[in-house]
Amino acid sequence: MGPIMDDGRPIFIQIAEKIEDDIIAGGLPEESQVPSTNQFASFYQINPATAAKGVNLLVDQGILYKKRGIGMFVAAGARETLIEKRKEMFYEQYIITMVQEAKKLGITIDQLTDMVRRGDERQ
Amino acid sequence: MNRIVEVNRLNKTYGSDTVIKDVSFAIEENKIYGLLGRNGAGKTTIMHMITAQLFPSGGELKVFGENPYENNRVLSRISFIKESQKYPDIFRIADVLDIAASLYPNWDQSFAEQLIEDFRLPVKRRMKKLSRGMLSSVGIIVGLASRAPLTIFDEPYLGLDAVARNLFYERLIEDYAEHPRTVILSTHLIDEVSNMLEHVIVIDNGRILLDEEADGLRGKAFTAVGPAAAVSAFAAGKQLIHRESIGGLASVSVLGDVSGAERRQAEAQGIELVPVSLQQLIVHLTNGKTNGKVAELG
Repeated sequence: MGPIMDDGRPIFIQIAEKIEDDIIAGGLPEESQVPSTNQFASFYQINPATAAKGVNLLVDQGILYKKRGIGMFVAAGARETLIEKRKEMFYEQYIITMVQEAKKLGITIDQLTDMVRRGDERQ
Repeated sequence: MNRIVEVNRLNKTYGSDTVIKDVSFAIEENKIYGLLGRNGAGKTTIMHMITAQLFPSGGELKVFGENPYENNRVLSRISFIKESQKYPDIFRIADVLDIAASLYPNWDQSFAEQLIEDFRLPVKRRMKKLSRGMLSSVGIIVGLASRAPLTIFDEPYLGLDAVARNLFYERLIEDYAEHPRTVILSTHLIDEVSNMLEHVIVIDNGRILLDEEADGLRGKAFTAVGPAAAVSAFAAGKQLIHRESIGGLASVSVLGDVSGAERRQAEAQGIELVPVSLQQLIVHLTNGKTNGKVAELG
């Protein structure tokens, strides 16, 4: 029933992203304990094995680490690593597409930077 | 991984009618399976054979490594909740639970009582005075509280409202997380259960159409909607599972991944791409128009 999950992508990747978001936003500080896979499973109404797969993805990347018999914790430096990774994704997903669309519409790079500034002022 | 059920070239015929044709699959320990398919596809027949309520006409069937027929070692470990499960009219809910408690070695009485409260069931009322939805709730409670190593729910929700169904899913996931066991869910409400399934088996017309990990099926198919000419160009060379058109617009569903570059190109031509949900995918695959073209899906 999880309307929070989108249908197009594997759930374990979406779970990993939700944990990443939480680490970036500061909801899960470094060295704090991450909810258990069973807690994720109940909350999102997903299979616990799928939740575990998402958590393990982050363990493999060194974002989370396991304390035996206690649970999963956020690694030191995890937030910085994630922000760097997201910056690269931001470039790939938004900047490239934006520049392409701008070219199509005949917007110059100068006009584009100007538009970005105006966008910032409106915040 | 331990195999709880092993089915090899299973057949079932009624006279000259073959309802199950050379079906082979395995059910692994402690996973939640979805057994999906249209009405009359053969799902219930397969479940009846697994639970020793029907003899196969041919092929091999092992449950917990043994032949299930009149085999108490096997049957005591199975809890099978049927669609429109019947109970003797004069039984009260409490009687049904007492019998279940004596049948299932892992029965948890306090969990059953908690569920009775959650589903707001009148324990002292007799079966013939219960509504269809209440009867279904009784089945669900028996299925959950029995904690059987192999628990099978065959369309357990006749008459059950959305709130009660949701309660069932919640309790199932919570209890499964605490007490892992093998669960087979057979249902038409695929959208409701798809996030809970670890593995999906689709039966169509007595055959296995799909036997895959559920998460692997996400993003396996896309629907492209846009100007007919652009959509046709996009679909060229792809495996089509569905096609519709209205006026100058066309909608096609195709199997396979769409790369980032392809997606940007499609979007530039006014095509909108949306993922196909598990439910839609199964509708497309079992509507009789694709002739089971899924061999290349994996």
